[in-house]
Amino acid sequence: MVSAVKRLAAGLLAVVGAASVGWDGAAEAQTSVKIGYAISRTGPAAGGAAVTTIPNYELWVKEVNAGGGLKLGDKRVPIEVVQYDDRSSAEEAAKALERLITQDKVDFILPPWGTGLNLAVGPILNKAGYPHIASTAVTDRAPELAKRWPNSFWLLGTSADAAKTLVELLVKLRTEGKIGDTVAMASIADGFGIDLSGAARPALTAAKFKLAYDKTYPVGTQDLSPIINEVKALNPDVFIAFSYPPDTIAITEQSRISGFNPKIFYTGVGTAFPLFKQKFGANAEGVMGIGGWNGDSPAIKDYLARHKASAANGAEPDRWASAVTYAGLQMLQQAIERVGKVDRAAVINDLQSGTFDTVIGKVKLENNMPTKYWWVGQWQDGEFYGVGPSGNEGARAPVVPKPAWKAQ
Amino acid sequence: MTNAVLTGLVLGGMYALIAMGLTLQYGVARIMNLSYGEFLIGAAFASYWLFTGWALNPLAGLAFVIPVSFGISYLLYRVLLTPLVRRARTRDALEVDSILATFGMMFIVQGIMLTMFGGAYFSYSFLAVPVTIVGEVLALNRLIAFGLAVVVGLALYLTLTRTRIGTSIRAVAVDPIAAQLVAIDVTRTSALAFALGGALVASAGVLISMFLTFSATSGVVFTMKALIVVVMGGVGNLLGCLVAGLALGLSEALVATFIDPGLTLAVNFALFLGVLLVKPAGIFGRAQR
Amino acid sequence: MSSTQITTGAICLAAVVALAFAPMIVDAYHLALAISLLQFTVLATAWGMFSGPTRYVSLATTAFFGVGAYTVAVLGEQLPWSLVLLIAAAIGAVMAVIVGLSTLRLSGVHFVIFTFGLAELVRQIVVWYEVNMTRVLGRYVFVDITQNDIYWQLLTLAVIVFGTGWLIARSRFGFALRIIGEDETVARHCGINVTIAKVALFTITATFMTLVGAIMAPRFTYIEPSIAFNATISFEVVIMALLGGAHRLWGPALGAIPLTLLFDFLSARFPSTSTLIMGVVFLLIVYALPSGVVGLWEKLKAWRPTASKMRGAQA
Repeated sequence: MVSAVKRLAAGLLAVVGAASVGWDGAAEAQTSVKIGYAISRTGPAAGGAAVTTIPNYELWVKEVNAGGGLKLGDKRVPIEVVQYDDRSSAEEAAKALERLITQDKVDFILPPWGTGLNLAVGPILNKAGYPHIASTAVTDRAPELAKRWPNSFWLLGTSADAAKTLVELLVKLRTEGKIGDTVAMASIADGFGIDLSGAARPALTAAKFKLAYDKTYPVGTQDLSPIINEVKALNPDVFIAFSYPPDTIAITEQSRISGFNPKIFYTGVGTAFPLFKQKFGANAEGVMGIGGWNGDSPAIKDYLARHKASAANGAEPDRWASAVTYAGLQMLQQAIERVGKVDRAAVINDLQSGTFDTVIGKVKLENNMPTKYWWVGQWQDGEFYGVGPSGNEGARAPVVPKPAWKAQ
Repeated sequence: MTNAVLTGLVLGGMYALIAMGLTLQYGVARIMNLSYGEFLIGAAFASYWLFTGWALNPLAGLAFVIPVSFGISYLLYRVLLTPLVRRARTRDALEVDSILATFGMMFIVQGIMLTMFGGAYFSYSFLAVPVTIVGEVLALNRLIAFGLAVVVGLALYLTLTRTRIGTSIRAVAVDPIAAQLVAIDVTRTSALAFALGGALVASAGVLISMFLTFSATSGVVFTMKALIVVVMGGVGNLLGCLVAGLALGLSEALVATFIDPGLTLAVNFALFLGVLLVKPAGIFGRAQR
Repeated sequence: MSSTQITTGAICLAAVVALAFAPMIVDAYHLALAISLLQFTVLATAWGMFSGPTRYVSLATTAFFGVGAYTVAVLGEQLPWSLVLLIAAAIGAVMAVIVGLSTLRLSGVHFVIFTFGLAELVRQIVVWYEVNMTRVLGRYVFVDITQNDIYWQLLTLAVIVFGTGWLIARSRFGFALRIIGEDETVARHCGINVTIAKVALFTITATFMTLVGAIMAPRFTYIEPSIAFNATISFEVVIMALLGGAHRLWGPALGAIPLTLLFDFLSARFPSTSTLIMGVVFLLIVYALPSGVVGLWEKLKAWRPTASKMRGAQA
């Protein structure tokens, strides 16, 4: 609370400061690289942006500037940030980006949070020729969009790929005799849940799994126990929920209370959040979810430590898009430094063809998308390790069946 | 079936609990409070802070949160809202003014929470243990919230119908002008009702924080839910609140179990719209004015 | 027609012509801002046209806006643009008639909540349909509509809205509406069919809102229910119209323009504390301008002649 009060005071001071400085906040260019972004500080997308995007943008800028700035040719140039609040609205995001481009004349733009907003700003960034490194958007149209907008890079992949990886893992576990073939699936009636369940459904049927339960629930449902109770009665081997953070928490909590403990328990966005571990503690053990990372790699461990040191209240990154977001920033930095000047077309070119050294390992894009993703993670010993695809470097073996819930 | 009914009752109790404060604020003090949900989330944050920072049991935290929020709401009404009530010539004018003013307040409270806690999701575990009732498993924290909703609802109902102050509150709700004729201090009574509403919403916030994940920006969801329950039950009517809340909760649970969880909210709204079409003043509402 | 009216008309015409050339000179950001301004001006004016005389506070703006946007998302790539707009307008009108007939007997706050519920209901139904029938939630709108086109369409719509409002005010219909606004019982006794008048007005204004949604849709590229049926739009429109003053045709615009600019300025200047400041500014406005911008304007107008008279007396 003390720190919260401090932050409030700091916020108010910043307001007073900004108001007294007036309009001349934007100093002359040449001596700095201007980087702009519009991010959801308020509105429904604020929860995701606050965990995944904002801390990484701030961490990256802080680190680059602490090292003297971006290396352009033989001198280092500090980053100057221009940021707006898009209020979680597509219209505001579009307007803010146009403002960044034409008014503030920023050199580079960092993407907004979420699939919808990234799609909404796609045409604007494309028209203005800015690189668009979408690191928090999952869409099946990504390959097509990358063709339509060659400046856009889709680091988080497609939901079809996510569903395929999950089903491959299930098939493997079934052949090993660790699970049977009844699957129950619940998904949120929003872009993410629909896309993923839409891709998982045929994949599961093709792999001859029995889909015992397959329902959606609307955003904002406050009690998910009817779903859990019904699913529990069906006694499936595998439970899949393509859910959003508040429901991920609610579903897990309700399952624990009802004693619903299938061999595989998989939840959606939010499973990889530090909040999940903080809330469920030892009960997180064995829960699978979307995302994951190579928790044993020194780069990731180092990133985790730096993130904790930099973020407000020592917040940890989430174990999915956070690292990808940070890797996207590193790629942008390396591309700019290789080009050596603010030449957006050349930077886009470099992003398309270059190889990058990032916290998630070596990245080389093909058709503006990475070739490797983490799609299935699992909480093991207090860390959310990537378990699928199993071919990825650092993939752990999944713990199946999931251990029983512990009483609290 | 038993399970669906039980879940529905518990959920409905939560809805009623959320809405009771608003029915006082809107029915008696005539303030259409758009910042209602923000106060609920504010109490949830207070409870979170007490629990994680001071290891204070949220139920014990109520003893702290309720008086504080009562005081804040009372001051708010006396300082910010009384001028609006004074200058409003008609009830319509007050409605417009209070919508505008509380809309501003909503931003302020939300802004304060955003600067203090950031936009991330918050959640903690308290009493998340299974309880078995007639062979069905329910979460204890939800059950407690339900129990408190019933207790608070009944206590308030008795206060309003059996005590002198309760009678004057009801008199103001029915007709603030005529109430003055029988020597009721309308401003004070309204402030009292508004503050009581504030205390109720704060207790709802504390109870809900035990089992729902919340963030600084999730208040508006609760404002809307509360408005729907209040209007459906009849503005200013506590029993109506309880009945409407339970009806919504039950319909949600039954639809989720027997038809399709995807249709729960649509059915909720359809039920609400249906009630209004048949009884425009709500289930227990009297005809307007 | 008096000479002042002719002058006012001429000024308005000149202003519209000047505005029509705006996209040629301003940059993309100012064009975006202008689009925002026009969008909210049209929405708030349409809202005020209905709510001013009838005193109903409607939160259904986003329901119509969203239906318009979704019509474009579904049909935009298959049909010619003008036909899409026509269909959107027709859907909006039909929906408004149904809603109007069933709800306009509600009064006061019940109507407020009802309209809000309606917007949510429409949204839930769209979600459910998309999820279970088409199995895709987000839709992509790739149509050949430039920002300039959007701007011009909105400008045209704004002219039509103001024109309609002006015509209504001068017609028998407008007179009937004013009587309804003063006292519904009296209006009934005068032989006015109150229900038909209200439903007609509701339908006209709702159609405008639907068209705004349809026109704005190509700007989003990607449409999903949470974008199209954004409840904030309803609230913003109400606040803007009330702030401006809903009992005059040009009142809501006077609320919409400064507020849009203010929101834009705040989210740009104070990205992390904009909510807090917005709230404070908002309260200040509410307390300083009790009867909206229109009220302030009328007060000034009433004050000026007396002031000059006094000066005359002194001389």
